[in-house]
Amino acid sequence: MDLVLDGLAKAIALVVHLDPEVAGIALLSLEVSGLATLVSVVLGVSLGAAVALNQFPGKRAVVAIVNTGMGLPPVVVGLFVSILLWRNGPLGFLGLLYTPAAIVIAQSVIATPIVMGISISALQALPAALRTQILALGATRAQMVWMLVREARLPLMAGVMAGFGGVISEVGASIMVGGNVRGYTRVLTSATVMEVGRGNFDVAIALSLILLGACLAINWCLTAIQQRERPR
Amino acid sequence: MTSGGPMLEVRGLQVQRGGRGVLDVASFHLGDGEFVSLIGPNGCGKSTLLLSMMGLLPRAAGEILFRGEDVFSGDRVARRRRMAMVLQEPLLFDATVHDNVAAGLRLRGLGREETRRRVGYYLERFRLGDLAQRSARKLSGGEARRVSLARALAVEPEVVFLDEPFASLDVPTRQSITADLERAIRGSRMAAVLVTHDRSEALRLSDRIVVMNEGRIVQSDAPSVVMNSPVNEFVASCVGMETILPGEVVRRNEWEVAIGVGGQEIDAVAEASVGEQVYCCVRPENVVIEVVNPTLTSSARNVYLARITRVASVGPYLEVRLDCGFPLVAHVTPDSFALLRLEEGKRVWASFKATAIHVIRKRRASAAAAGPAPANESVADGAASTQR
Repeated sequence: MDLVLDGLAKAIALVVHLDPEVAGIALLSLEVSGLATLVSVVLGVSLGAAVALNQFPGKRAVVAIVNTGMGLPPVVVGLFVSILLWRNGPLGFLGLLYTPAAIVIAQSVIATPIVMGISISALQALPAALRTQILALGATRAQMVWMLVREARLPLMAGVMAGFGGVISEVGASIMVGGNVRGYTRVLTSATVMEVGRGNFDVAIALSLILLGACLAINWCLTAIQQRERPR
Repeated sequence: MTSGGPMLEVRGLQVQRGGRGVLDVASFHLGDGEFVSLIGPNGCGKSTLLLSMMGLLPRAAGEILFRGEDVFSGDRVARRRRMAMVLQEPLLFDATVHDNVAAGLRLRGLGREETRRRVGYYLERFRLGDLAQRSARKLSGGEARRVSLARALAVEPEVVFLDEPFASLDVPTRQSITADLERAIRGSRMAAVLVTHDRSEALRLSDRIVVMNEGRIVQSDAPSVVMNSPVNEFVASCVGMETILPGEVVRRNEWEVAIGVGGQEIDAVAEASVGEQVYCCVRPENVVIEVVNPTLTSSARNVYLARITRVASVGPYLEVRLDCGFPLVAHVTPDSFALLRLEEGKRVWASFKATAIHVIRKRRASAAAAGPAPANESVADGAASTQR
């Protein structure tokens, strides 16, 4: 019990005094996961719309694959991105392994199927006649897609939150492709794992608190955006 | 833009779904400011015709010309923006009533001021002024229909297609919305095509009624012509002639014929030859039920002793089914029903006038059904041109 209380007290002190190293780790985490979420939203929503709004042979198989991708284990993603970015790998010439960019790539691979899967179901849940109605109002095809996305914004934002939650909390891929390099690729989750291994529970608790706080703050903002345009 | 010709013209249009033909319209015209109602059973192609004219359904063959230009060629979006459509469901956006009505205007990139002015005008037209800032998700069924109509008319189209916009509304709400819609459309030069199952609505609003069956236009005429002179038994049943009896002309006396039906004779004012096969069509509102024999006191030529076989409540009146040797349907008010102490199994006298019967000659009916629709349309054009 002492361990917990002591750890908690030290953790709060670390957070309050904002240890520069801890602050740097938190900032990098937000940057990397924020960027990965952004990439996944651009790819996931547009690909999701393309799948949801078009009929093509093999559509069911594509949806099944995307749905499977929603549960991709981060270590598996980490492994494949590592192989791709390995010095002798197909993209080794880019020299991205063990850089923050590598973590962004891995996390984008994790989040994109989540955002895409939720986008597909969100757009498919809209009434089929709504597309006809929007076109009949004089919309171009692009305007129609945009209006459908707006109409599905509640579940779509839920998809964004799920994507962000998935990547800010993953650790396997970050360690594998980022290497947990101090001051360079160390993020909240990889740092927490490391500190627990060293027995520094106070730092680990501090990092966890920051992680929870960051998740809460980001999701609170996303929820505000999600609910903003809904008339009372 | 062509002047003088019809605003919208359909020629030889065929539409297929899943490899099966669902629409085969030889000819259809719509003039500027004309109000046409499409009636017919479910699945007869009414909605398909509307979507096709809007350019939203691919066609297998034929032409749809809007102001002389094929709706599938050139700038389709620009052409579609001169039309509007209201579907069966209101399909409102998850936004305020104001933003819903503004949707079509914003798609057209109309200025902020003009958008606000027009939205305000159409909100008032459809009595939605107080609801402007309300969420469209929190409206009653009637209010939602009003918003969908205001949204379509706010773009001030040259033609509006209305696909059963009043379906599933209660009668008072329906009447009130219909009245507002009629005012809004008649107050402009907008043409309208309304799909409806409500005959009284079609009668009240239309310059012309088009009856469809199995993807084809069966009759296209002025409302009074369609209601009183249906070209065949299908149209007769569509326009509320609930009693349609096959028979044979047994006697003829100048304008009056006697038609043998189920062992009885029906006198009718009609043009038909002895021996000819015909249908006798009687509207239920033209049948009078009495408990004493009216033969000596009534001018009605057709009086029959009948037995009440079934009674059902149909909205504001009762539908009484009679057996006179042939089946006959009558409408009576609940008051009359109670006064005459009517009940199932009771023997009564049923009568209707010779002039209240519409006789359809079978030969003519089958010829009209199989014949090319342009023949119907040319009649319609003449009828329509006298309307306005």
